[in-house]
Amino acid sequence: MAERAQKKKPAPQRQEELVEEAPAASDAGDRIKADLDDLLDEIDEVLESNAEDFVKSYIQKGGQ
Amino acid sequence: MAIPKILGIETEYGILVRGAGETNPIAASSTLINAYLSSLERGRGGHRTQRVGWDFEDESPGVDARGEALLLSLAPEVETHLVNAVLTNGARYYVDHAHPEFSCPETADPRTAVVYDRAGEEILVRSMAAATSMLPDGHEIVVYKNNSDGKGNSYGCHENYLLDRSVPFGRIVLFATLHLVTRQILTGSGKVGCEVPGVGSDEVPFQITQRADFFEEEVGLETTLKRPIINTRDEPHADAQKYRRLHVIAGDANMSETATFLKLGTTALILAMVEDDALGEPVGLARPVPAMHQVSRDLTLGRTLELDDGTTATALELQFRLLGRAEAYADRHGLDCLGSEEVGREVLASWRSVLEDLEQDPELTADRLDWVAKRRLVEGYRQRDGLDWTDPKLRALDLQYHDVRPRSSLARRVGLRRIVGDDEVEHATVEPPEDTRAYFRGRCLARFSEQVVAANWDSVVFDTGDATLQRVPMLEPGRGTRAHVGNLIDAADTAADLLEALGR
Repeated sequence: MAERAQKKKPAPQRQEELVEEAPAASDAGDRIKADLDDLLDEIDEVLESNAEDFVKSYIQKGGQ
Repeated sequence: MAIPKILGIETEYGILVRGAGETNPIAASSTLINAYLSSLERGRGGHRTQRVGWDFEDESPGVDARGEALLLSLAPEVETHLVNAVLTNGARYYVDHAHPEFSCPETADPRTAVVYDRAGEEILVRSMAAATSMLPDGHEIVVYKNNSDGKGNSYGCHENYLLDRSVPFGRIVLFATLHLVTRQILTGSGKVGCEVPGVGSDEVPFQITQRADFFEEEVGLETTLKRPIINTRDEPHADAQKYRRLHVIAGDANMSETATFLKLGTTALILAMVEDDALGEPVGLARPVPAMHQVSRDLTLGRTLELDDGTTATALELQFRLLGRAEAYADRHGLDCLGSEEVGREVLASWRSVLEDLEQDPELTADRLDWVAKRRLVEGYRQRDGLDWTDPKLRALDLQYHDVRPRSSLARRVGLRRIVGDDEVEHATVEPPEDTRAYFRGRCLARFSEQVVAANWDSVVFDTGDATLQRVPMLEPGRGTRAHVGNLIDAADTAADLLEALGR
């Protein structure tokens, strides 16, 4: 994935600064948000179908 | 002068039999490993080529580096009856504490160690495929490269570093503790929730590491309960007059190659600097155990830690200090201790870039650090679906991040940068590293498996048909390399030829 795609979602206070200083950045913000949305949609396809059962069944013996 | 930081990493994987209800994890782990070994044998025409067992002759995990056996310490027991194999790539693959464990062969630099760590994952992938074909329909063995089940049970990913025996252990403890606690901001794999009894997800919804919750002591021998930040197991698997092996149990298993690289590279470098007395005044953390928990829970990276000179600093600031010292050290001493100047410079460059990005905005490191990548994923779901932090879906995401099956692994989908190539990893599933004694171990197995009775980290035992078995000791981890013995092994037609050529 392109590095840009990882630069998503700035921390809230930075977002405000970006909006004030550079209106164009909100486009970038939207694109980054869209990238994360795409990732989540992609992951929906492979996600464990029953999260509750899966989490409950995942019990390990302690190791080192 | 610091000695070469020969190193290795050992991972206990979580294991689950899907579709089978309650199962015995020891049996499942044995099935998994045996299925892999059988698949190798079938690949070689049914010869008993790979079933070389582990030799327990020199195992003494109860010996304490502090030079005294503490009455309250519980020495770990060595389990000798379970499946326990040595592979041609020099690795040990076995059942340990109800988990499949892959111990990488010794490597001379942290980058090669990443290649073997990934080769271990690949071997687990093949093991799962082989095992599942042997199970009833609908059952599947799945392994997870993580360190906790979210219910208070933890299993380890341990690192090992070769150290000069002459360095005072107290100095190692002080600086290694400082680094192990603060490096969590690089090496954490992220975790939803907290497993310290009484600490709920309202207080700690997400934390940086999988392991911090399980550390209760500063220094000690245990590895399975009351875990110490510095483990004092004094079992060098090498010439004990010359060497120590620092057995680090405080790290997370990483899915990110950069995180594994930094975990090993920075720690090896700090230990080399301890050997060369290049870390300046010995100022340590005032309260290492609470500090470990605090760093893991501080997603802002802004909380300060008390030092034992009365000052305070954040984990990030302390990492920058260590990096600054390391850069100055590199200019004075060079970085041959990390295998090569080139790899050493990669460690420094990656370390600096990650710290600078963490300082600017941790989200910038989502392509290199597991905890940031995982948090982004979990937080994205939480906001999109309006989930509470206690929702099992978030826990499921956390677990599935570490699923080793390529089609299910979330870590493989979040855009983590690769630093090693698939061809290198493939090669490393079969061939040993060329620049440590793992070369001799792996090549002897590949060439003379019929005559190798057993092997372990520091010896190979041959049965050439004589009245007695012959043990070839390998007490020098840096010998037995391709340069030392490659021609001898290649030229020998039998193990007896090889032993004769070695002058035995």
